[in-house]
Amino acid sequence: MGDVAERLYLRRRITSVVALVMSAAAAMFGLFWLVWILWTTIRKGLPNLNAALFTQMTPPPNEPGGIANALFGSLVISLLAILIGTPIGVAAGTYLAEYARNRKLGEAIRFVNDILLSAPSIVLGLFVYTLVVLPTGHFSAAAGAIALAFVALPVIVRTTDEMLRLVPAAMREAALSLGIPQWKVTVQVLYRAALPGIVTGVLLALARISGETAPLLFTAYSNQFWSTDLTQPMANVPMVVFQYAMSPYDSWNAMAWAGALVVMVFVLLLGLVARALLLRRKMSHE
Amino acid sequence: MNDALRIATPAASRNVPRNAANGEPAPPKMEARNLDFFYGDFRALKGISLAVPEKQVTAIIGPSGCGKSTLLRIFNRIYSIYPGMSARGEVLLDGENILDPKYSLNRLRSKVGMVFQKPVPFPMTIHDNVAYGIGHHEKLSKAAMAERVELALRQAALWDEVKDKLKQNALGLSGGQQQRLCIARAIALRPSVLLLDEPTSALDPIATGRIEQLIAELKSDYTIVIVTHNMQQAARCSDRTAFMYLGELIEHGETDVMFTRPTKQQTEDYITGRFG
Amino acid sequence: MNAAAPTAGPLVPEARAGRDARADALFRGLVTTAGIFVLLALVGAALSMAWGGREAFARFGFGFFTSSTWDVGAGEFGALVPIFGTVVTATIALAIAVPVSFGIALFLTEVAPPWLRTPVASAIELLAGIPSIIYGMWGLFVLAPYLGEHVYPWVDEHLGKLPVVGAFFAGPPLGIGMLTAGLVLAVMVIPFIASVMREVFLTVPTRLKESAYALGSTTWEVVWDIVLPYTRSAVIGGIFLGLGRALGETMAVTFVIGNAYAVSASLLEPGTSIASAIANEFAEAVDPLHRSALLALGFVLFLLTFVVLVIARLMLRQLKRREGT
Repeated sequence: MGDVAERLYLRRRITSVVALVMSAAAAMFGLFWLVWILWTTIRKGLPNLNAALFTQMTPPPNEPGGIANALFGSLVISLLAILIGTPIGVAAGTYLAEYARNRKLGEAIRFVNDILLSAPSIVLGLFVYTLVVLPTGHFSAAAGAIALAFVALPVIVRTTDEMLRLVPAAMREAALSLGIPQWKVTVQVLYRAALPGIVTGVLLALARISGETAPLLFTAYSNQFWSTDLTQPMANVPMVVFQYAMSPYDSWNAMAWAGALVVMVFVLLLGLVARALLLRRKMSHE
Repeated sequence: MNDALRIATPAASRNVPRNAANGEPAPPKMEARNLDFFYGDFRALKGISLAVPEKQVTAIIGPSGCGKSTLLRIFNRIYSIYPGMSARGEVLLDGENILDPKYSLNRLRSKVGMVFQKPVPFPMTIHDNVAYGIGHHEKLSKAAMAERVELALRQAALWDEVKDKLKQNALGLSGGQQQRLCIARAIALRPSVLLLDEPTSALDPIATGRIEQLIAELKSDYTIVIVTHNMQQAARCSDRTAFMYLGELIEHGETDVMFTRPTKQQTEDYITGRFG
Repeated sequence: MNAAAPTAGPLVPEARAGRDARADALFRGLVTTAGIFVLLALVGAALSMAWGGREAFARFGFGFFTSSTWDVGAGEFGALVPIFGTVVTATIALAIAVPVSFGIALFLTEVAPPWLRTPVASAIELLAGIPSIIYGMWGLFVLAPYLGEHVYPWVDEHLGKLPVVGAFFAGPPLGIGMLTAGLVLAVMVIPFIASVMREVFLTVPTRLKESAYALGSTTWEVVWDIVLPYTRSAVIGGIFLGLGRALGETMAVTFVIGNAYAVSASLLEPGTSIASAIANEFAEAVDPLHRSALLALGFVLFLLTFVVLVIARLMLRQLKRREGT
């Protein structure tokens, strides 16, 4: 009988080991693709990364040039999007965390925000198209910024909500028991306590929108030239990368890779900074 | 609600304690009358009537869940920030009912300060922690503010430890220092009543000793109500003690008497450690 | 010390209290409006597309969903091909991504040495943030040529001749097509699903696992009998979250799907998806009916992802609720 049990145990052990080896293999497999993509972007982007890329305008095919106008445009559009999305997002997050606990409306908004968080960004592009582009009659940088603001919004709402809820209830009570009104407590005490978290949320939102292409396709569109006019189409890195990558010209393809590399490095750096901020906050709480 | 009856009740009678120093009857600074409290439908406090004499330390003791913190949190209406909670009855402060919606929260909270279980300094400098509350209620010059901050920190027996680092973040202080900072923050508003909700439960014995010493010193200026689960603490630093059990006030009186000759069996069981 | 005497009276003028109350009401109004704005954003997005697509819906009726004709010149628009492409690519993506993500999550919670877990998990989360356009470019310039030259000819030759399943794998080895799009999508959603699953697995109480180990269970048995049943709904929620992402992904698909309006059983043939059809055509659509048809497509995509995401969130919520108790 001991023999049977022994054999059964052996079989169970083998099953387990096989399963675990397969899980390790799956991890390798998953990481393999990701590393491959990183490597491709670096290998194809790095040789084309030069000063001209940052100083010259987008060129016609097979001519030297850069993506300075697109970098500038991306900067303008993304910052404007953050500028629009942050106050609304922080305010909505504040509502959820401070004013709507255990309320039906708060629950509904939190749920909808979660949906918005993973909604296809192209849908938001179409929304802003009918909201802004159609009434004004043409593509514009402002429309692009509004579209990206809708992408950033749920990220900021969620982190603000979560970070404010991490602030100990006693801090609210202590401030309120000094006779300070709730809005002041929120703005001067709670925001300060949750600041690293809220900043993290804004950074994550910026990381998310700086590579977004789909919402810009029919809002900001693109522009061959340097433009500072928010009411007109404006060049931006994702759109230029998209157009150049889809083109049959080698020189454009090469520049697309350089642009992709710039965006990727920017996004990864932002992610790292956000993570570091979050980590520091966690440690200060312990 | 039998309002007429309650108002007719004279504030005097057996409920009023005598000031130990001169033997004259001290008027209650704060008084709960027939106070009920509800968490939704659950009745957490049942007909509490308790007088808190001026410039004395009143301790509220009882096993956890007995409603002692709940009672304290009614005294400055801090419960009102949460939905679904309501108080019925009266709580008088200098003869005025603070549960009356017309009694402004702003005014109440400048008169009744509160210190919580865990020290929660605001994420600001030490100076700003104390100045923050004052700044909301009064317009003071920089110099006058510095003076007020110093006074509060001195009263809280913290000044000597922090006078050289007022501009540093308060989170850098030790737990005991943080709690004294919270006391300084509360008394900086010059309240007349100070509510302490288990102020030492998160502190080590040495820090606890300092806070207890501080409570004894503050008694000359403030009316203090302290909730504690530590009976020795109640015996050490209070003049009067109230014992609560399952939302009811079982017994209250002078601390010496309560701890030596309790009249109720439940009180005796609790202070002798038979339950709780 | 007399300064602190309680007889000093209230420091607070009642005017101050009134001002505070008004400011409080204003602030509450402000943040409530922002909260409702979030609600309206979703409703507005849905309505704007339904409204923009009304012409197409009115013209083609239910036939919009069943017709496979998409002819801009003739003004004939049917959504069947893009819907088909969207569903097929997302299905391929999940078929690959789910087991791999499960493996990664398992590796990161039970198998890997503890010092390795956090760095690898962080790396995967970081990679989940790489813009999808880069996945698309990699798909077009690296993966598709490789598959077209080395893999698809073999697939066509060997799998294409099999009965029943053969039809899926027969076809010209172009490199681009629905299978490639599904593969790129899979690579894209793997870090995403893996991160969610890992977080979900981490919520299993240690004492639960320890008591199973104490009974002599193997690691695999603990995962299969304790971790998975405990987290089942949340794991499904995570998978649906990934599905929502795969259905709505635009850039990664647009590069490699081929953008052809044809329903084909073969996964090697080019096709199109809703998102890529919109991305390719919308900016250039001058005919109002064409534009309306694309907005109608957007509305269909919205509904599709909405349903999937609602399921995902409800499933994930169940775990949160249990955590709360």
